[in-house]
Amino acid sequence: MDEALLRSLTPSVIGVLVRRGADFAAAEDAVQDALLEALRVWPEQPPREPKSWLVTVAWRKFLDTVRADTSRRRREARVGEEPGPGPGEAADDTLQLYFLCAHPSLTPASAVALTLRAVGGLTTRQIAQAYLVPEPTMAQRISRAKRTVAEVRFDQPGDVRTVLRVLYLVFNEGYSGDVDLAAEAIRLTRELAARIDHEEVAGLLALMLLHHARRPARWGADGSLVPLAEQDRSRWDTRMIAEGVDILQAALARDRLGEFQAQAAIAALHADAARADETDWPQIVEWYDELVRLTGSPVARLNRAVAVGEADGARAGLAALAGLDPGLPRHTAVSAYLRERDGDAVTAARLYAEAARAAPNLAERDHLLRQAARLNAALRA
Amino acid sequence: MAKYLLLKHYRGAPAPVNDVPMDQWTPEEISAHFQFMEDFAARLQDTGEFVDGQALSPEGSWVRYDGEGRPPVTDGPFAETKDLIAGWMVIDVDSHDRAVELAGELSAAPGAGGKPIHEWLEVRPFLAAPPTVTE
Repeated sequence: MDEALLRSLTPSVIGVLVRRGADFAAAEDAVQDALLEALRVWPEQPPREPKSWLVTVAWRKFLDTVRADTSRRRREARVGEEPGPGPGEAADDTLQLYFLCAHPSLTPASAVALTLRAVGGLTTRQIAQAYLVPEPTMAQRISRAKRTVAEVRFDQPGDVRTVLRVLYLVFNEGYSGDVDLAAEAIRLTRELAARIDHEEVAGLLALMLLHHARRPARWGADGSLVPLAEQDRSRWDTRMIAEGVDILQAALARDRLGEFQAQAAIAALHADAARADETDWPQIVEWYDELVRLTGSPVARLNRAVAVGEADGARAGLAALAGLDPGLPRHTAVSAYLRERDGDAVTAARLYAEAARAAPNLAERDHLLRQAARLNAALRA
Repeated sequence: MAKYLLLKHYRGAPAPVNDVPMDQWTPEEISAHFQFMEDFAARLQDTGEFVDGQALSPEGSWVRYDGEGRPPVTDGPFAETKDLIAGWMVIDVDSHDRAVELAGELSAAPGAGGKPIHEWLEVRPFLAAPPTVTE
């Protein structure tokens, strides 16, 4: 059973149905039904032509719904029993779906859910499991999202940046369940990059690959988060790093810098260091300067302070930190780190414990608690 | 998206504005209160923000380990325990602002005289999974 193939066919099958006259919401529902049937039937009876199979079954499901819905009689008359020839495979169907599912009128969570279902070919249950919500809740989120974009023309050009935001969210947010959302985000970004020539699409793909390459080293045997400096770099996926670097270099050569390229450049510099102490921090600081210039993001400024601390010493890092809002997420953790490097273990221990109380996730909290405990034990000795 | 717990207390929360014990309400007021809670949950299901909702009995026991090979010790309930949780709702929303907005609406549940209780609800964020991109 080739689930990857099934997923990759989903957007183009929706495109076929829309071209035959189905509206997006109905087409998407019909294709989801066909997908569920494929998951049931294909293991026993694999189709010779998977795409034709999906189109046939989805179209039948669509007609069934139209017939069942008496209020749609008029549409039935218009659509007809037999599909018209319709234009052939249109390369842009899938791209249009990316735009539609990331439409600016959608909330981020709705755009993520709709993208994963209509472009990613995931089932509602898989998406619900990944985001730890009940299936009916996720089903509602998706149908509301479809109602929100009901008036959007399918052939309307969209803004690729909104699509990139959605794909970044899929990649970056923690997940669970049996679907690897990070790998799924990479697949969807790859598909997008194959359809649209845009330096930030390439930048995001590079960024994802460079971070995904580190994943085997991110978690310790006990399930704890391993910080970048302590990761076993021999476990990084060098082939994935090489691919990410190639994609990034081609994007940077176009000389239209954007935030994803800048972030990818920082990740590439980390990937380039065989040992943590060989990291080219001065160059990383320069990339953070670019990132701050491009985004004005306070988080980028905070990360820049860490890099400055590595490049020019803890004092310089603390000076860079001084101008930032102490209420920023992770501000206290960064402050603790820089204090310790500046030799002030007492303050650092207190700040680590404070940062642990404010940590937004368990892995970070546990890491920060261990840092506080380590310093406190050393101070007692 | 982020998950939040909206926590409702039997006691331990600051006093609500409409502070009449439930057994002093009319039966219709009690029904209206529960209907409001059900409608609220149903509305969150419709918006795709509902995760879970549960109510707890006020009666419970305290249990602790009592050493190898020994049965656990049970005790309580302890009248002096300050916090007594009545129930919760778990929501999955786009922002902290949205969580606060929803908690505000839930706190408007009707009580005595059919007027909103203005009950204090505790809003607590879940500790999420860590993000992948951190530097």
